[in-house]
Amino acid sequence: MRPAAALRALGARSIELLRDLGRFALFSLRLAGAGAQPPWRGRRLIREIYDSGVLSLVIVCISGIAVGAVLGLQGHNTLVRFGAEENLGSVVGLALIRELGPVLTSLLVAGRAGSAMAAEIASMVVTEQLDGLRMMSVDPLDFVGAPKALAMVISMPLLATLFTLFGIFGGYLVGVVVLGGDGGSYLSTLQDSVLFSEDVAGGLLKGGVFGVLVALIATYRGFTAQPSSAGVSAAATSTVVIASVATLVSDYFITALWGY
Amino acid sequence: MDAAHVVAKPIEIEAQGLCYTRGTRVIMDGLSCVFPRGRISVLAGPSGSGKTTLLRMIACLIRPDRGVLRIDGEADLARLGSGAVRAFRRRVGMLFQGGALLDSMSVFDNVALPLREHSELGEAQIRDEVHHVFEAVGLEAVDDLLPGQLSGGMVKRAGLARALIEKPDLLLCDEPFSGLDPPTVRRIEELLQQVNQSVGATMLITSHHAESTRRIADHLVLLLDGAAVSGKTEALLQGDPRVAEFFADSASPLIEKGAS
Repeated sequence: MRPAAALRALGARSIELLRDLGRFALFSLRLAGAGAQPPWRGRRLIREIYDSGVLSLVIVCISGIAVGAVLGLQGHNTLVRFGAEENLGSVVGLALIRELGPVLTSLLVAGRAGSAMAAEIASMVVTEQLDGLRMMSVDPLDFVGAPKALAMVISMPLLATLFTLFGIFGGYLVGVVVLGGDGGSYLSTLQDSVLFSEDVAGGLLKGGVFGVLVALIATYRGFTAQPSSAGVSAAATSTVVIASVATLVSDYFITALWGY
Repeated sequence: MDAAHVVAKPIEIEAQGLCYTRGTRVIMDGLSCVFPRGRISVLAGPSGSGKTTLLRMIACLIRPDRGVLRIDGEADLARLGSGAVRAFRRRVGMLFQGGALLDSMSVFDNVALPLREHSELGEAQIRDEVHHVFEAVGLEAVDDLLPGQLSGGMVKRAGLARALIEKPDLLLCDEPFSGLDPPTVRRIEELLQQVNQSVGATMLITSHHAESTRRIADHLVLLLDGAAVSGKTEALLQGDPRVAEFFADSASPLIEKGAS
């Protein structure tokens, strides 16, 4: 490709990206507006919390134990070199509460519930269900989008907390039960090193922000899907990719701004 | 539908100079036609001629690039604001080709949805209204079934029940006979005629189905090459060679018999 053509193509892609960002921002505002005013759709919200939260429990808990176990193993092997193996609880706890709990939960939930959410909305586009709602003078953003997004925002910090708790338990299993570390030290160093106002609140904040990001990206990709089976698949795939990247990038900024 | 439920104030729709292009394909180029008040109009034409596009324009789901769509000789549908569109849609029922029922809700909840959203009726009254319209469209014992558990004909009838539940002044039906066996086609035809006679709503039906068109259409609009040929069905079939040729190509024994 000649330089001028390449530059033109780059410019066109950049403009399209900016347009898409603008559409995403407007969509987010409209979704927030739809969710912030009555009617309150409590029953739909509970169902959506079940779909995105309860159905993610098993994957989140198992992954939490596995990550905690690996941290326990790696942490123990490293700390033993410095004679500081009694600090294992502190290492595992801080790593999970500050970073791994919220980040890995967001990646897992984006892959399971976020993609499912985008695919469900996209299939409603394909089968004209959203147009059917419009024809009944029911706003699809209010009826479909807002309960799904709110459910994700509520579920994410709770799932991240569960991931962290199961991770700490996994670290205990490996560090104390399997490798024979001291259980009292594990728990006391954990208790001494974790501060609610900095570590726990920061972890919860990250969970909330990631919940908002995954919710907005999944609903946006669903509502703007092309009305075809390829469109459904593209909505699900792009949700996972974009939400994962957004999680990792925003994690850096939250960490930097929160003053860790 | 019995006389006690008649509240329709049928709408007349007039299209003037509609133009619509999708990508590089010109779908409408100065299309003009009228859908008379209180009549059953059938919108026919070859695949891709713009039947569903015109129906979706009248439903305000898409806007023409140029041209005017007048309701009752006044408001232009192509230029209504979002509030006016919602108010207009309260007067319109639409049967989508695939039913467009919300697949996560029972058939009863689908049909009850417009009443729950827009009326002050209690659950007992809503139940009565829904069962009344179920009876009118010939559905029995489907309350708790999901749309995915219904046959094609039952989905159409459930979609029609939902379109009729708020007693529309204008009923839009997108290919109501497609994919149905002949007895079910006859049953849907009778149902549409019965609704038209009892409620008096203006009906606009897109159809490829030559026999059905002849049986139920008071008024025929045939879309050919982006423009419309319209008039009383019998007069067009007998007097316009383009219409006779189109329906002859449909290889319909009834039309051939009628034309001879």
